[in-house]
Amino acid sequence: MKFTLSWLKEHLDTDAGLEAILTTLTDIGLEVEGVENPAARLSGFRIARVLTAERHPQADKLQVLSVDAGDGPVQVVCGAPNARAGLVGVFGVEGATVPANGMVLKKTAIRGVESNGMMCSSRELELGDDHDGIIELAADAPVGSAFADFAGLDDPVIDVSITPNRQDCMGVRGIARDLAAKGIGTLRPLAAVYRMDVLAPIDGSDAAPNVDTLDPDGCPAFYAQAVSGVTNGPAPKWMADKLKAIGQKPISVLVDITNFVSIDLGRPLHVYDRAKLSGALVARKATDGEQVLALNGKTYTLDASMTVIADDREVHDIGGIMGGEHSGVADDTTDVLIECAYFTPESIARTGQKLTLTSDARTRFERGVDPAFLDDGLAIATKLVIDHCGGTLSAITRAGTPPTTPRVVTYDPALCLSLAGVDVTAEEQVRILTALGFVVDRGDRWSVTVPSWRRDVEGAADLVEEVVRIHGLDKVPSTPLPRTPGVARPTASPEQLVERRVRRMAAARGFNEAINWSFISEKEAAAVGGADWTLANPISEDLKVMRPSLLPGLLAAARRNADRGASAIRLFEIGRRYFRNEDGSSKERATISLLLAGERAARGWRTGKAQAFEAHDAKAEAIALLAAAGAPVANLQGFGVDAGDAAIWHPGQSGSLRLGPKTVLAEYGVLHPALVKAFGLSGSVVAAELYLDAIPAKRKSGFMRAPYAPPALQPVRRDFAFLVPHGVEADALVRAVRGADKTRIIDARLFDVFTGAGVDEGMKSLAIEVVLQPADKSFTEADLTAISAAIVKAAEKLGASLRG
Amino acid sequence: MTGFFEIMSEVAALKSGLLADIAAADTADAVEALRVGALGKSGVVTALLKTLGGMSPEERLEKGPPIQDLRESVTAAIAARKASLEQAALDARLAAERIDMSLPADIGPVGSVHPVAQVMDELAEIFADLGFSVATGPEIEDDWRNFSALNIPETHPARAMHDTFYFPDTDAQGRSMLLRTHTSPVQIRTMMSQQPPIRIIAPGRVYRSDSDATHTPMFHQIEGLVIDKGIHLGHLKWTLETFLKAFFEREDIVLRLRPSYFPFTEPSVEVDVGYTMEKGQRVIGGSGDADNGGWMEVLGSGMVHPKVIAACGLDPAEWQGFAFGTGVDRLAMLKYGMNDLRAFFDGDLRWLRHYGFSALDVPTLSGGVGA
Repeated sequence: MKFTLSWLKEHLDTDAGLEAILTTLTDIGLEVEGVENPAARLSGFRIARVLTAERHPQADKLQVLSVDAGDGPVQVVCGAPNARAGLVGVFGVEGATVPANGMVLKKTAIRGVESNGMMCSSRELELGDDHDGIIELAADAPVGSAFADFAGLDDPVIDVSITPNRQDCMGVRGIARDLAAKGIGTLRPLAAVYRMDVLAPIDGSDAAPNVDTLDPDGCPAFYAQAVSGVTNGPAPKWMADKLKAIGQKPISVLVDITNFVSIDLGRPLHVYDRAKLSGALVARKATDGEQVLALNGKTYTLDASMTVIADDREVHDIGGIMGGEHSGVADDTTDVLIECAYFTPESIARTGQKLTLTSDARTRFERGVDPAFLDDGLAIATKLVIDHCGGTLSAITRAGTPPTTPRVVTYDPALCLSLAGVDVTAEEQVRILTALGFVVDRGDRWSVTVPSWRRDVEGAADLVEEVVRIHGLDKVPSTPLPRTPGVARPTASPEQLVERRVRRMAAARGFNEAINWSFISEKEAAAVGGADWTLANPISEDLKVMRPSLLPGLLAAARRNADRGASAIRLFEIGRRYFRNEDGSSKERATISLLLAGERAARGWRTGKAQAFEAHDAKAEAIALLAAAGAPVANLQGFGVDAGDAAIWHPGQSGSLRLGPKTVLAEYGVLHPALVKAFGLSGSVVAAELYLDAIPAKRKSGFMRAPYAPPALQPVRRDFAFLVPHGVEADALVRAVRGADKTRIIDARLFDVFTGAGVDEGMKSLAIEVVLQPADKSFTEADLTAISAAIVKAAEKLGASLRG
Repeated sequence: MTGFFEIMSEVAALKSGLLADIAAADTADAVEALRVGALGKSGVVTALLKTLGGMSPEERLEKGPPIQDLRESVTAAIAARKASLEQAALDARLAAERIDMSLPADIGPVGSVHPVAQVMDELAEIFADLGFSVATGPEIEDDWRNFSALNIPETHPARAMHDTFYFPDTDAQGRSMLLRTHTSPVQIRTMMSQQPPIRIIAPGRVYRSDSDATHTPMFHQIEGLVIDKGIHLGHLKWTLETFLKAFFEREDIVLRLRPSYFPFTEPSVEVDVGYTMEKGQRVIGGSGDADNGGWMEVLGSGMVHPKVIAACGLDPAEWQGFAFGTGVDRLAMLKYGMNDLRAFFDGDLRWLRHYGFSALDVPTLSGGVGA
């Protein structure tokens, strides 16, 4: 919301300076976004008279002028066709900067003739589009004085950010009212602002226009007045200057009046050319598929939920949002109808959202314009039309009834202290509320009548906000939050603790944490099993579906790093994968994924050639991180990956780690070469994805640790080599061995795999070191023989035989 | 019968001869050969020792000590010579094993924690001290929790400010599903599932359909909520001051509270923090009204709207409190000096290593929350 300082002062009688006003605006919740004085850009531009104008000796289209800008004649070369002796215009002196192009003026020679400074066009000063000639001022304009002062441009333009609850401040008057409440001057009576004796409807004698509302929900009230015999044309200078100052282009006085009132009072209006209307003008619901060509030149297709203003032929206005092109006023308009209606905010919001159409009118109506201001708004508009366009007035038609029943809030002034923590006296609270337009009926509990323009104030808390906002938030004393005695208690949830542990373990193991988008492309999602959630309005095709895996994000990040020349890539991310529950709600699975690409070890003086990552690198990381997460890693079983994930992994170099067949804690392995290639990577890329939400929570026991005493006797180690069929997995054999004597075998570790000489085709040799722990007395030979026999027997069940 | 003096001079000569030979032996083998020659079964010293058995007690008393001395001296000299040769051999071997210690040693890959994760841990640590638990909620939310319950009805202009990502789907209750635009739905979830008093923070990913130099479609927020009896705006002010001082690890944090508007708080307060220009950079600290200072918007906050409390099934006449929200990525930028938000989500290893944190930089109150 932009306005100028002088515009504000039309409503606010104040001696306060600009700085005080700006600070106060921000302090009371009308945040100043910017302030700019156009005069600052026009320093160095003065009013000057052309004394003589001669043809340039070398160029037909140029003239050599002698110009007086207050310091005596100066020679200037000028190409403007309207430059002539006697003209009073705007002269840029040497050193001035031309606003339109940033050029700094200096003494120069144009086709051999010296030129000092420049006579300027409107466009060069960014005051308009006119570039056909230089600016022509009145002959009596004060030569030598600053042009900005003369043109009334020494008027700071203030830009204030208005929060959506403050429709009343979508007009300069509302802002003035707030400032007055804060003690920055006094609010002038509105009638005085508009030079009216009394603010009251001005009834005319022409017949009242035939308007009506058939849509009391969307348009509860439609007031209108006609003016005949008007003369349209340019707006008066004061109005045009104000509009221009805030960046609005003056169009014609009839249009400018509606824009001016909208900005000045937050009251949108619409003016129709009656000659272009046919029959009665009514507010009604549109019919499905009905179309209207709006003032922005676009055609909108409407539906039956939208309120329009139409005559008996066509729609002339998307009610409260934008007028139609066909019935707008033009230069030759003589008879007008002024519409001052109340549109229901919710209806405006819905229509605006559906049509994705924004306008100054929509912004105001959807926030809720003052429903009690229809008569006054119409009176002001009518007065401006009569003053500036002439004509004769009709009687007023008031169709429907605006929702003007005032809201009364019961209020206990003590709430200010209990909610805002600041003690404001009852008298001061009354003063503030009254200044803002509230009517306070003091009693044991106050009855506060909310002004019609403050639709946002609904309850006691809102009144506290009004009081505190004006009283000053800086006066709220900082008050320590009561705290529980003692040491702060742990506050993280088990899930967060797991995430923290795996995060720091992954970082400790050499991985760099990345954060990737939660959304990926459909194509990427398809490669990793497909997405359950697709955005209706994605920002791009690349960010369209919610990821079912963290791997595409890591692959893409790895690709970017590879493109930047990274030779070893170890990335991880902790985040969610997104699925859908049967009831349609979101199922978000906490996950850590890691990816290893490039060189496992660079070539080195100790290690020789560079090494690539292998499947078991991923397995090692998966187990280490699961251990860090508190998973019972000793109980993990190896399985293949899920059938649905077949496209992700190398079919022969991948696996999953599970607690029982159904509880998958992790998948890991070499990524499928096709997937790797799809992401523009090459070589062996390995990864692991750990499902943190599948890790069972630890059960609490009496002590924080299970009891343990280190055994007194030395453990005994025995090696076994078994021949097993190729298809038997090592893990199964190790498990069988370990299971042969659950009390005395405390560890079994596979340390060698061998195929080749001495091992039959289709078989492999697996060597396992078994650790046996004696309890209270050492093993006898008979004990060890018995355990060995049990181990061999357990292995034989898997088709293994002890290697001789 | 050999006389005493003959014997004595023979022993003395033998001793000096043996000691000289031992001293001259330059290999372990030579020393061993001397040992065998002197002390072995048929060694010369052994032979002398054997003669002691055949002597009369008087003679043994006379001749025994010199012979015993010979044995002890030779034994000690051999041990000393052996040790000395071993030491020399070890020294020689070690000297031969010298390598170029300036050759590089590979310390293995160095990992890092993302600044956003680090800052979230810092915040959790600070707020734990103030008694705030960490709460979470889904990122795919329904429009009731993201908007309606927060006093943002469908037609509210504030919805337009949010640039929401929608799904075409609805849940079992027919509510539209969307990506949460803020962490505030966690307030609703917490108040609906938990009896006051409540003190939570809710960090997490949030989404808005916005992408330019300073906006990314996904970013991180942290939400704070206190619901209790007698909690007022002054407590909010203190909490934010205290938190920002702890977070930025500066005592000169100055806040400016401005009235603002959020549908779910009343009164609503926007919080600016003062910064000081240092070498062309905005550094948090000092008053924004100082000559080289300014104000930066860092937080939105306010007293929880009675309608929101009521929507969660609590009695607003009994319970009140405050809520606040801020951008985690932005806090990270302000504290650690990054200037491009988009780099947070690019996964550039160079950036991650530079701005990331060591695994051991766990924020703690005793060790400081900044690293």
